[in-house]
Amino acid sequence: MRTEAALDSHHDDADMNEWPDPQEELVQILTPEGQRLEQPMYDRWISDLDADALVALLEDLTVVRRIDVEATALQRQGELGLWPPLLGQEASQIGSARALRKDDFVFTSYRENAVAYCRGVQLGDLVKVWRGTAFSGWNPFEVGMSTPQVIIGAQTLHATGYAMGCKKDGVDSVAVAYFGDGATSQGDVNEAMIFAASFTAPVIFFCQNNHWAISEPVGLQAVRPIADRAPGFGIPSMRVDGNDVLAVMAATRIALDRARSGGGPTFIEAVTYRMGPHTTSDDPSKYEDRASHEEWAAKDPILRLEQYLEGAGILTDEVRTAVKAKADDVAREFRAECIGMASPEPMTVFDNVFAEPHSALERQKQQYAAYLSYVEGSTR
Amino acid sequence: MSEQLTLSRAIGAGLRRALADDDRVLLMGEDIGDLGGVFRVTDGLKAEFGGERVMDTPLAESAILGTAIGLAYKGFRPVVEIQFDGFIFPAFDQIVAQLGKLRYRTGGAVSMPITIRVPFGGGIGSVEHHSESPEAYFAHTPGLRVVTCSTPQDAYSMIRQAISSDDPVLFFEPKRRYWAKGEVDLEAEPEPLGSARVVVPGTDVTLVTYGPLVATALDAAAAAVEDGVSVEVIDLRSLAPVDFETVEASVRKTGRLVITHEASQSGGLGAEIAASITDRCFYHLEAAPQRVTGFDVPYPPAKLEEHYLPDLDRILDAVDRVLGRENSLTGWSAK
Repeated sequence: MRTEAALDSHHDDADMNEWPDPQEELVQILTPEGQRLEQPMYDRWISDLDADALVALLEDLTVVRRIDVEATALQRQGELGLWPPLLGQEASQIGSARALRKDDFVFTSYRENAVAYCRGVQLGDLVKVWRGTAFSGWNPFEVGMSTPQVIIGAQTLHATGYAMGCKKDGVDSVAVAYFGDGATSQGDVNEAMIFAASFTAPVIFFCQNNHWAISEPVGLQAVRPIADRAPGFGIPSMRVDGNDVLAVMAATRIALDRARSGGGPTFIEAVTYRMGPHTTSDDPSKYEDRASHEEWAAKDPILRLEQYLEGAGILTDEVRTAVKAKADDVAREFRAECIGMASPEPMTVFDNVFAEPHSALERQKQQYAAYLSYVEGSTR
Repeated sequence: MSEQLTLSRAIGAGLRRALADDDRVLLMGEDIGDLGGVFRVTDGLKAEFGGERVMDTPLAESAILGTAIGLAYKGFRPVVEIQFDGFIFPAFDQIVAQLGKLRYRTGGAVSMPITIRVPFGGGIGSVEHHSESPEAYFAHTPGLRVVTCSTPQDAYSMIRQAISSDDPVLFFEPKRRYWAKGEVDLEAEPEPLGSARVVVPGTDVTLVTYGPLVATALDAAAAAVEDGVSVEVIDLRSLAPVDFETVEASVRKTGRLVITHEASQSGGLGAEIAASITDRCFYHLEAAPQRVTGFDVPYPPAKLEEHYLPDLDRILDAVDRVLGRENSLTGWSAK
């Protein structure tokens, strides 16, 4: 945990420029070449992962990438209005989401489609927001996950409040806030950390540092590793290789255990890279350096797990075929559900604004219904 | 059971009752615990219900609202205090972009039974940001209910109704009337939240107002009687939605409408009421509706606020305008 590290640096009275190299502090269990490293503090948290569990993780990573590629294609074909690709961030999302229990509750931004997949969201429901049929594809209480938050960082406060509620209720459920490096500049994220620390809320701040906030590099948001901020709020933090599904899962399990046992909040910075555009409307060629892109392509989260499993004799041709077949099936189903999706009925525009009757809205609704039937009459 | 209570004590009694009736109700805000709030509205509640239910929070309005939203997700019914009207703006995103939209966003799956208490309005000689009337921003926002009280009885009944509503409610408290006393029937069956109230009946002019200016409007109506003018005073109580049926019924009778509020004029409640009533009963109007409001300036320093705030004379001047009598715009006729 970085609390001690940060304190040590301070005691050393070191020049700011002599802080430890952030890359060296990155917790990594699987190298980009698929070598497994010894990480005594982290290993025991994933020692239960047997061959089947590791293959399941590989399948998840493969499937969510396939969903992502398919969704991007659907956007290009005019079936979706927009899509925010998660390409490159699969391990950050799968490693963390697969560590959670069903009764935990996740508050995410809009790029966490792999998290939604892990929470059990139906495939077609993933794209309702992006097709424009609804702001929510699912009932948050059925899957333990809020609907995608578009205002940057706002959901971190909701997660903190939810966690405060868990504590009040005396349950050991944990709330997880997913957000990006850009969000860490928002007041809400900083306020969330203050409230979480003051009320010892069982919440995990899971920051996917994907290096980009649309076109702005992470260096514009933070001149020091983002994980170093949390100790200043009284929240211990970990900085892990976000393309290493094992490191991410271990870190998340540590944070979950801490939260469940009354230890309060933990901050995880998963250092990853957004390999695609911000959304399908974006053009990274205007701002992204090709060399960085290539450098991160070599750190691919799926490739390294495949190499590790190959080396361990787990990834047989049979397993490889099964994983591919699963991804193909999911892609087919996903595509069919998206294309077959009906648009909402016009009068539903008035639905679910209030729980109780509202006279002004009722009047507008009646008048619009009359208008619609009037217009319909005139075209007959 | 009936008691003489100040308006602030009546709100406190309503909060106490809500806390006692439903263990999912909790209060959050700055200085609301041991201090009992800067206006003492929550006085004694922490001692009675404990710090887990009457929570002092760090000084961050966005976080107070944002964590209240998270608590509501978890099934709580938070009642949030914003210390002063002018302090609500750091929470604007959480109220307007989150709270008001969550039911709609989630297709009805998520309820947000959050009450936001806001002491509002001027007339207390205070410093900047302590005398504002920001209600129109929220009345303009879909998904929010906005109410305000003017009597201790309504304060007691309406705060309980706001808390038990499954919709988010902004509850504006007329801070300069906190010390006004009145009879409060603690077992009274409240009228529906959202309904306006005819405070005094009249036949010549309809005077619509809410919150702190209800008392001023009543004084104006009493003074008008001396001039032989019968003014019907309506306390809107609910600003979103507005009970237009009650206002319309009155204007159909009087043919004349004056609206008064402390908030500045442009885009305010007065504009909405004038437009809607003109639309609903144009042929019953004998004169163009008149607004008596704060000016379109930031709330001024204390030594200027008497010029900013609508008072009895400015209201009567508008009454004269709708009656076609001499007024400040026509000037004195030569005699």
